Amino acid sequence: MKKALALVLTLCMVFALCACSAKTDEKKESEAPAAVEESKEESKEEEKEEATETAKVIKVGVINNDPNESGYRTANDRAMRETFTAENGYETTFFNNNDAAQQIATAQQMIQDEVDYLLLSPASTTGWDTVLEDAQAAGTQVILFDRMLEADESMYVAAVVSDMAKEGETAVEWLANQGLEEYNIIHIQGHMGSDAQIGRTGALDAKVEAEDKWTYVSQQTADWDEATAKTIVESVINSGEKFNVIYAENDGMARGAVAALDANGITHGKDGDVIVMGFDCNKWALEELVAGNWNYDGQCNPFQAAVVDEIIKDLENGKAPAEKVIYNPEQGFDAATITAEDVENFGI
Amino acid sequence: MMKTKSEGGFFKKMVRHQLFIPLLALLLLVLFNLIMDPSFFAVTIKENSLGNGVLTGNIISVLDNASELVILSIGMTLVTAASGGQDISVGAAMAIAGSVMLRMACGGQTTADILQSPLILCFLVCVLVSMCFGAFNGALVAYFKIQPMVATLILFTAGRSIAAWINKNELPIMNDLRFKYAGTFLPGVPIPTSIFITILVIVIFVLLLKFTTLGLFTQAVGINSGSSRLNGINPQFIKFLSYVILGVCVAFAGYIRVARSGSINYSRIAENIEMDAILAVALGGNALAGGKFNLTGSVIGAYVIQFLTTTLYKYHVPSTALPAYKAVVVILLVVLSSPYIREKMSKLKNPLVKKEKKEVS
Repeated sequence: MKKALALVLTLCMVFALCACSAKTDEKKESEAPAAVEESKEESKEEEKEEATETAKVIKVGVINNDPNESGYRTANDRAMRETFTAENGYETTFFNNNDAAQQIATAQQMIQDEVDYLLLSPASTTGWDTVLEDAQAAGTQVILFDRMLEADESMYVAAVVSDMAKEGETAVEWLANQGLEEYNIIHIQGHMGSDAQIGRTGALDAKVEAEDKWTYVSQQTADWDEATAKTIVESVINSGEKFNVIYAENDGMARGAVAALDANGITHGKDGDVIVMGFDCNKWALEELVAGNWNYDGQCNPFQAAVVDEIIKDLENGKAPAEKVIYNPEQGFDAATITAEDVENFGI
Repeated sequence: MMKTKSEGGFFKKMVRHQLFIPLLALLLLVLFNLIMDPSFFAVTIKENSLGNGVLTGNIISVLDNASELVILSIGMTLVTAASGGQDISVGAAMAIAGSVMLRMACGGQTTADILQSPLILCFLVCVLVSMCFGAFNGALVAYFKIQPMVATLILFTAGRSIAAWINKNELPIMNDLRFKYAGTFLPGVPIPTSIFITILVIVIFVLLLKFTTLGLFTQAVGINSGSSRLNGINPQFIKFLSYVILGVCVAFAGYIRVARSGSINYSRIAENIEMDAILAVALGGNALAGGKFNLTGSVIGAYVIQFLTTTLYKYHVPSTALPAYKAVVVILLVVLSSPYIREKMSKLKNPLVKKEKKEVS
């Protein structure tokens, strides 16, 4: 009896687990299948109507991270969905997940479904060897976007990525040009080990090491979280240590830091005591720059879709991309020089 | 003779008391900070950027930032006591609550400078939605008899996507100062509003437990749901109710969190707070298998966790080492509060008491 009960309970648990995984997939992909179905239907119609005109519909599989991760990812995902549509001659399947294992499983599925191109933003840098080999064997061309993975260059056609180290260097260079007598920096880091954190921390670490006038008042990770960033800055203020720069590795954390400054009546921004720096160029963040509340925002360009689109079109015409790794153009914005146009054009 | 006996009894009683460990932990943290740097406790009045005089200092930070955790740990205590399991979806549920709050306040716009609907209405909807999700968890646990951790795993995985879906994957920003009062300061009041809200929630629960049979029934169900059923209590309903009550707590916590900045990041907001809430319940000396509970313990446990975090920040513990430090302290506290060690501790004093007895006689 007890065994039977245990069995039933185990089944219950397994069922619940299955149910929930199915549910999340459903939720996360809720937009994707709709888009896929639409594009499939449309492309079928188009195929019938325009069979003579269009040579062929390009089958594409897009594997991306969870769009809810950040404003950056939301913009990135939206751009992909807007570019690879039936109108542009694509038949696209989307998959969003932050779990590399699920990404890998889906990638293999897509290769079996014989997509022409596999567009990949890997959640982890390793573990993709079999996928890349399978793709090569099946004749599927792999294009990386946004994030790199550890593999030989011959395994993929092209990679369109952000140069995180360059972003950090641009920001640090800007900071050095401010000509402060001394730099007492509160450094709020992103999720430790992430591409963005490593790149943006690297340049600042090197500068602080090299210059006597540059010191860290505090260097902590806030895991991209606003509330944690606020707590970190609060603790520095409460201990009475002097600081004049806040270097936050994304916009959200910069906003958390500014909330702590505001609560303590410390001035910041263009004419303030503390220089505030953020990254990602969210629209609202650029508006803070225009208002003079912040000083600097480093761009992290989420719009790889257009470049990837071009590469595919070129490949279809038999033209290989000139470079394997293509870095998206990125710049930094200064509160003193930013214009309303910049907010419109570069805000995400 | 009588005196030593009562002293021995007092020590034994003290060590055995449920609040001994959380209070000891709090005391140790306070002592540590007093010795290392007494200025940790300095509270000063500063003028904030809006021209209000407000209290600032580490102690204020601890009380302020612990608010969400304290409120959650109260609800979590009830859930633990009634169902003998924990709700691991509170972080995701907070994301939903916050998302609903912003959706209502912004009226569907991405950026809103004034409230689009009355704050009280926003909050009522937020409470209602949170209660519904609590009821969902509660129904799975109470009526379908799924293990609480498995049942709440569903919302744990799906919650943040639901939160994003509520705002159509936009990241809304609310700039109206009235919306932010709950997470910042009321005009002219120098104490963070979240502290008042926390006190309010605590008072509500104290009254609820004092003047209703909720506490008694919850303990009865947690200790033995079969015999409580025979005594005329509906154990399923009590379990269900505890999850709905936790839903209300989640609404308060979610609102405070989004009011701090007027915005939300679905995948990062209140990340891992469920673990801290469960830890607070455990630190409070409550049995995680259900049964008797002590709200005061959980509340103190929550403040201990925040106190620890703020202390670690103050001493600039390297960011990569922070979780490790926290883990060491947590292991110490949990081991100390284990029944085995407690038993040993109360026995340890016994020989001394006997010796004293001999000397006196």
